[in-house]
Amino acid sequence: MPAALPIRTRLATSAGLAVAGLSRRIGAGEGSVIGGRVLLAVDPGALERLAAGRTIALISGTNGKTTTTNMLAAALAARGEVVTNSTGANLMSGLVTTLGRAGGSAAPAVLEVDEGLLPKAVAGLHPSVVLLLNLSRDQLDRIGEVRIHAQRWRAALEGAPSTAVVANADDPLIVWAAGLARQVSWVGTGQRWRLDAYSCPNCGEQIEWDDAGRWACTNCSLARPSPHLALDGDDVVLADGRRVRVELQLPGWANRANAAMAAAGAETVGVDVGDALSTMGAVAHVAGRYQVVSVADVRVRLLLAKNPAGWAEALDLIRPAPLPVVVGINARIPDGRDPSWLWDVPFERLRGRLVIATGDRGRDLAVRLRYAQVEHRFVEGYVDAVRAAGVADLDLAANYTSFQDARRELARA
Amino acid sequence: MHDSRVSIALLYPELLGTYGDGGNAVVLAERLRWRGIDADVVTLGAGASVPTSCDIYLMGGGEDGPQALAARELSESGALHTAVDGGAVVFGTCAGIQVLGTEFANPDGTPHPGLGLLDVRTVRGTGKRAVGELLSEPLVDGLPTLTGYENHGAVTHLGAAVRPLGRVVNGTGNGSGDGSEGAVAGRIVATYMHGPALARNPALADLLLSWVVGTALTPLDDSEVEELRAERLRFVKRSRWRRNR
Repeated sequence: MPAALPIRTRLATSAGLAVAGLSRRIGAGEGSVIGGRVLLAVDPGALERLAAGRTIALISGTNGKTTTTNMLAAALAARGEVVTNSTGANLMSGLVTTLGRAGGSAAPAVLEVDEGLLPKAVAGLHPSVVLLLNLSRDQLDRIGEVRIHAQRWRAALEGAPSTAVVANADDPLIVWAAGLARQVSWVGTGQRWRLDAYSCPNCGEQIEWDDAGRWACTNCSLARPSPHLALDGDDVVLADGRRVRVELQLPGWANRANAAMAAAGAETVGVDVGDALSTMGAVAHVAGRYQVVSVADVRVRLLLAKNPAGWAEALDLIRPAPLPVVVGINARIPDGRDPSWLWDVPFERLRGRLVIATGDRGRDLAVRLRYAQVEHRFVEGYVDAVRAAGVADLDLAANYTSFQDARRELARA
Repeated sequence: MHDSRVSIALLYPELLGTYGDGGNAVVLAERLRWRGIDADVVTLGAGASVPTSCDIYLMGGGEDGPQALAARELSESGALHTAVDGGAVVFGTCAGIQVLGTEFANPDGTPHPGLGLLDVRTVRGTGKRAVGELLSEPLVDGLPTLTGYENHGAVTHLGAAVRPLGRVVNGTGNGSGDGSEGAVAGRIVATYMHGPALARNPALADLLLSWVVGTALTPLDDSEVEELRAERLRFVKRSRWRRNR
């Protein structure tokens, strides 16, 4: 049971939630951001107080945060109430609003946290467990270098000896980031993206992979730790050799990897891995991802990919050629202002089909597709883009704010 | 006239490829193929031995650690120096301009020796990181306005043996206070327009290719990229207007 909340925190919470509710009702958004700001303005120490005495799991990484958060929340919800920021409000304001909604209950919290905020969240929330998914190039106009996150995480976890860490053994940046944590449960995810980790985060020398996916630095002792739990095809293999089938509604390897991470996270708070995985199987779509919407006579499945590593996976999920596909690209602040990364995505894999390029930066995409020798057209507006494809059933893949625009515009049409 | 296939070396994309820099190799190769000229992209991973016989060498942007590793590998092998002596074209973006110079800054600010192929010296900047649209008027004949995106914390000083690629209209460029952007010396061109700079500047791509092919190149239909260029120029104009209001 959380310690009884002081009057100031209770007042702050009511004020914040009232503002959040108002913001939702007038259609300004989910309200977490404004509500959280109000809450923190009234009681700057609210986060720590709302967290006190509660089991807290934090999830961070470049890709898969929202999905893994939903999966872990589903696994824990089998035992009772869970509070979670399942729609991805992962900044301080979102965390504090989510915890505020839990009020005085002792419900465990499963919270997605922005990569940049994780050190502060670890220090302020004293989580029971932190899941570190992966780190790759994303929004470099704001972050500068991916490795900066790894450095800050490493220092934050060194200073949190009572926090358990669940970490991806196949991402060298993650392994280094978790390297000073007291207790780590390593998960073999079979991650395929390696482009950000060829130079060792520890010493700068080269990292080499063998055919089995094991990696080691050619100079220092940084190497793939032996995993406690590993994804192997459609199965999760446990330390004792037991195999558990991963049966998800969500498609693709990346989601099975998310499930493996969430299962290991559930295990640290006492949930059986098999039970956790079977509960996660019910998660059907996550904040609109994989959702099918109908526009006039067209059924559109929505896919989200935000950066090269995410797109490499999304291109595998898009239904095959010759079916056309709509691809939406924006470069607003949450996306990163610089769409240079389009050239790190193997769009050549879309050859043999028509691609409708759309979004604020659809013209950058059109130029990229031209050089990839992919047949394409630039069409402004999501409804027109979907119509231009000329088929009854198609996939629309988009990056973050483009995905939100598409969801909103298609729902209104 | 260049009588055989053009080979384009992409140097250490896993170390110098933070911002889709590999796109420049794709742009160069496709612009040759569309004109009926054979082209090969030779991707040279870290640790690979660098051939001296390629026609064009590309160096992209990288984070500090990988950049130093790339500089060390290239200076040990000496292959790029041999290729340049033989008339090869070199195009470097972001970390590329720094590595090509005489020295650049380690993460701790101490100097790290560069390849010395360009008479430029890079030090750590003291102000804000330069991030955003970089627009410059070219100082090389025959090129239209150069448009790209920059993201760097360093400042590059040009020596007497190089001239700037352009004069900054929007953004920071070399950041040395003289308004210069990039550097050119012989067939070496370097710029702070990072990543796929040649995708947005097809005339610059064709300039590099014309040095290799030895003749003027047939024009291509670049209407799609012209629309993109026009959109980016409008964007810069609008944001400058808003800033100055």
